[in-house]
Amino acid sequence: MKESRTLPTDYVSSPERTSSGRTLRTDEMILNMGPQHPSTHGVLRLELVVDGEIIVDVIPHIGYLHRCFEKHAEHMTNYQQVIPYADRMDYLSSMCNDWAYALAVEKLLKLEIPERVQYIRLIMAELQRIASHLIAVGTYAIDMGAFTPFLWCFRDRERILDLFEMTCGARLLYNYIWVGGVSHDLPPRFVEKAKDFCRDFRKTLKEVHDVLTYNEIFIKRTANVGVLPKDVAINYACSGPMLRGSGVDWDLRRDDPYGIYDRFEWAVQIGKGEAGTVGDCWDRYMVRMREMEESTKLIEQAVASIPEGNVQSAIPKRIRPEAGEVYVRSESPRGELGFYVISDGTASPYRVKARAPAFVNLSVLPEISRGAMVADLVAIAGSVDIVLGEVDR
Amino acid sequence: MTAQEIYDNLKAKFGDAVGEARLDALQPWIAISETRTREICQFLRDEPAFAFDYLSCLSGVDYADGKLGVVYHLFSMIHRHKIVLRTMCTREHPHIQSVSAVWGTANWHEREAYDMFGIVFDEHPDLRRILCGDDYPGYPLRKDFKVPEFYNGMKVPY
Repeated sequence: MKESRTLPTDYVSSPERTSSGRTLRTDEMILNMGPQHPSTHGVLRLELVVDGEIIVDVIPHIGYLHRCFEKHAEHMTNYQQVIPYADRMDYLSSMCNDWAYALAVEKLLKLEIPERVQYIRLIMAELQRIASHLIAVGTYAIDMGAFTPFLWCFRDRERILDLFEMTCGARLLYNYIWVGGVSHDLPPRFVEKAKDFCRDFRKTLKEVHDVLTYNEIFIKRTANVGVLPKDVAINYACSGPMLRGSGVDWDLRRDDPYGIYDRFEWAVQIGKGEAGTVGDCWDRYMVRMREMEESTKLIEQAVASIPEGNVQSAIPKRIRPEAGEVYVRSESPRGELGFYVISDGTASPYRVKARAPAFVNLSVLPEISRGAMVADLVAIAGSVDIVLGEVDR
Repeated sequence: MTAQEIYDNLKAKFGDAVGEARLDALQPWIAISETRTREICQFLRDEPAFAFDYLSCLSGVDYADGKLGVVYHLFSMIHRHKIVLRTMCTREHPHIQSVSAVWGTANWHEREAYDMFGIVFDEHPDLRRILCGDDYPGYPLRKDFKVPEFYNGMKVPY
């Protein structure tokens, strides 16, 4: 039998039309950026329609890293087994992924979480937020041509990874936060080392501010570029530093509270347009910088008051939630990470949908890049801070 | 505004297009007609008393009894209230009206639901596959999906 292979020709771009069906005008041409391109931060392909140096349209093509997280989750034999897969979604903030998923299942089970576990989770999530923002800021500096801050950021991130390693043995994919508890208690000297880190990290932040934030070239490259207005940000359901950079005072840790964030003193940071317009690339960068400062405050307060206790006492032997469904969201470093879990009363989830913040944030990219220069697209895409593992899941 | 008030208001305005509701569930939900989703969502977004300006999540679901569905998690930044909407269609005629004209974020979420479940969103501006390849056979998240033995003549390893 003859095997026929037909590509749906409608979807293939040609010199005359884009893959989304837009017919090109005489002056326009298609330029492919990616899938292998250093400034796309992973395997992302941007199909650009350009008129000279000006971007007329951007069509992102994603899915190169699609690993069927949702299908895997349905095929697990129990709820706990999904957590290693959740780790691999946003591989720069695995702790936050684990926590978000655990929150959803705990809500289905109506589980009470011990105090010590709550503290440990908060400390881990905030350390992870700093680690993730350090990558965002460091690679963004590289995108803009500054090499030194990148090294400083990675140097300090290494110390956080050391802390994670001494806690659970893994440096990137932890499988640490489980439903009802955590896999290991804090090791001896963890609190001390975390305090040392916070003290030293303030110096790094100041150094990065000195060399990058108020650098003339950096400001020229990022201020007034890729402006995301408030209403567009909300319409596209942007979240995290994307949304706060546009001046929306919104943080799930405070506004849809989970964990024990309400017990500590910290502030939500928003973009104010200090270098240019509210919602430009510089604002998004600055929100991340200031959030690291706030996370440091949170960690210091939490390690100072952490109570004693058993971290595994609430882990259920058998997870079998009643039939029902729940959507739980939490603030990952990239924004609103939500898990929609449907239980049919059996030992494995019927459906798990991951609402990935990077996926949603990326969908606004065409809106904020039209009319920009090709070189500015590097600044804009970098300021969205995508992790392709999470975009594609 | 409570889920009960939202339900009463919708029922009064749209009548039969608003179906059953489970207001005592963990997160209360309201079922709406698949042919009028855009109209209902537009009303929920624009009416100042509701102001559901933020579509948190849009998920496709295979209910395994011949029905496919889409679940919308709405949130209002102004009033800080939430509601869940549900809509259903059959496998034979998997058509649901698109809401991407109401919330920009729905564009990609709907493309994902189309990609994974084969739900066709009518009036969607750019309904293409998003995660799977354009020539991928079938809809992987449907419960009856079987991994094909061959994909474009290549053996699938498991």
